[in-house]
Amino acid sequence: MVDAPSTNTDNNPADAFLQGAPSLKNAPGPYFGNYGGRWMPESLIAALDELEDTFNKAKADPEFLAQIADLNKNYSGRPSLLTEAKRFSEYAGGARVFLKREDLNHTGSHKINNVLGQALLAKRMGKTRVIAETGAGQHGVASATAAALLGLECVVYMGAEDCRRQALNVARMQLLGATVVPVTSGSQTLKDAINDALRDWVSNVDSTHYLLGTAAGAHPFPSMVRFFHQVIGDEARSQILEQVGKLPDAICACVGGGSNAIGIFHGFLDDPSVKIFGFEAGGDGVETGRHAATISLGKPGVLHGARSYLMQDDDGQTVESHSISAGLDYPGVGPEHAYLSDIGRVSYEPITDTEAMDAFKLLCQSEGIIPAIETAHALAGAIKVGHRLTEGQANPQDTVIIVNLSGRGDKDVATAADWFDLLNEDGSVKGTNLSTRAPKGPAERAAAQEEMQL
Amino acid sequence: MSATTSSKSAAAIDRARDAGRSALICYLPAGYPDVQATIDAGIAMARNGADLIEIGIPYSDPVMDGPVIQAATTEAIANGFKVEKVFDVVRGITEATDAAVLVMTYWNPVVRMGVDTFARRLSEAGGAGLITPDLIPDEAAEWFAASDYYGLDRVFLVAPSSTPERLASTVAASRGFVYAVSIMGVTGARQDVSSSAQQLVADTHAAGADRVCVGLGVSNSGHVREIAAYADGVIVGTALVAAIRDGGVDAVASLTQELSTGLERVEA
Repeated sequence: MVDAPSTNTDNNPADAFLQGAPSLKNAPGPYFGNYGGRWMPESLIAALDELEDTFNKAKADPEFLAQIADLNKNYSGRPSLLTEAKRFSEYAGGARVFLKREDLNHTGSHKINNVLGQALLAKRMGKTRVIAETGAGQHGVASATAAALLGLECVVYMGAEDCRRQALNVARMQLLGATVVPVTSGSQTLKDAINDALRDWVSNVDSTHYLLGTAAGAHPFPSMVRFFHQVIGDEARSQILEQVGKLPDAICACVGGGSNAIGIFHGFLDDPSVKIFGFEAGGDGVETGRHAATISLGKPGVLHGARSYLMQDDDGQTVESHSISAGLDYPGVGPEHAYLSDIGRVSYEPITDTEAMDAFKLLCQSEGIIPAIETAHALAGAIKVGHRLTEGQANPQDTVIIVNLSGRGDKDVATAADWFDLLNEDGSVKGTNLSTRAPKGPAERAAAQEEMQL
Repeated sequence: MSATTSSKSAAAIDRARDAGRSALICYLPAGYPDVQATIDAGIAMARNGADLIEIGIPYSDPVMDGPVIQAATTEAIANGFKVEKVFDVVRGITEATDAAVLVMTYWNPVVRMGVDTFARRLSEAGGAGLITPDLIPDEAAEWFAASDYYGLDRVFLVAPSSTPERLASTVAASRGFVYAVSIMGVTGARQDVSSSAQQLVADTHAAGADRVCVGLGVSNSGHVREIAAYADGVIVGTALVAAIRDGGVDAVASLTQELSTGLERVEA
């Protein structure tokens, strides 16, 4: 009964748009074509209605918009830079590559844009507590940050496997005053953290706002999260016009749930000359089954409140995803991406772990920027797109590509060190245990203090 | 509610009502610990006082379930449970008893099989209908069509947070009975049954529902007695799952018997 939505080009919204039909921007939800909606327990519908109402009023309220603009400027450090990656460009067929530097935001990724907006909405609704899920830890850290700034209690659900992969971020969240709950059910990664956050929400909905971290979930989350991230695309569009004097030929972003991607895509959806690319986690390779390439290989279904593409088996059970990047390790994807894929406005392609890590190293050593491993998928994609668009071109530098550099890679240093064989078997960094003197650090100071007291 | 005359669930609740009591609705997940055990336990529940049997489909992301049911359904899937086995369970229980047998399922397994195909197979197996914890009437157009075509009950949930408008629309969309969630939370045994349940049942009746049954947190005959005083049916889940886990079919039978002692309406 449930067929894949029609991609009939005779009545294709992307084509219709190119012929002058209404804009693809500011899609309000709840539906994006056949996707989106509210596949949620009745217990949570009132809270979703309240959130939708609060959000609709807030985005029309100059005071709220001024609050957001002020926090973006004076707390997050926006606008983020648009940096030309001149040495990296050589590896992308000679196309000019520009990096939208979301890694330079406070907390180190795009995630801060959304959490500040939603935390302000939580305050408007009179909620005293926010809960969040996190995969890589970036959204958890951003949520803990916003909660600390605005005086809200914060509980973060994080898969136990992700806690292990991203231990540094667990400590960061705790330093910021949040409680981290390791989730040991299911695959112990992001989807299970969302399940436990939903169970918390349904039990505590009077006091609690669920600060969902990606442009997925039940309405109004997909369009609301996009709204708070649109600043990425809006800034990038005016920055590239100022620096280059024309629109880019292509936009590249990584897609897990898809929040950084929808944020930058949105600025260019109505520019027909701009090709848009989303790069999913191909894990060990899509042919191995060990990946998180939801749009590339998933089938429509409902999970976590929305109808979208979904990695599932023949029984409709969610299939475990695989990626070296915890932030992309999610078997679903935001419904607006599913729609943009179906209508042909955005192309979604998988990038393997190996391709992503090669691009990771390349950016480190050609530009002096350590990207998040999530972001490295977009960089690997940009290399491919660059070669494709410049092939046979006499002046490849006429081709301009913007990559959303969605996050910095500090959190990924341990994973990358392991991948590039920089570690001893015990996990310590090679060449760091040659000292022959007594340790100089907290332990030594404690010993010295003890001696003084004796 | 529409077409109640053809509803197997409504008929089962009405039989209990005619006998001067509320109906007892007993839940177990299919395939825990295996399919035959679910059939045997379902039959045992029906023979020990259950008027309706609710068979859950184990699902990978059960957001409305607490730890006991999560553990059971996770184990069922790990043991190789396949969704179509639920029809064997429904058939096995309906052939052996008079109980109305409903299936409780999260929506994606139904979407995957195809809503129409799922409804046809459930109907062929003798099932009464579906309880859908994460499907609201607003998203249920396909299910309306299929349930009308195959004459199946569609049991939607109402919660203490439901607005009067949503109570009205959910009651209008339901057939068989309306499932009132006693508390804001997930499945699991609780010390006390929330007082919000009684108000919700009254509001749901006032919104036009002929039959309102209460679930979540009901685990002993004391709870059953308390709820039976104002609701048309009482739904028990987690306590029965713990019983089959700890004592097999025999424990399910004796717990069902114990629960049913709470049903007799003590008229003042």
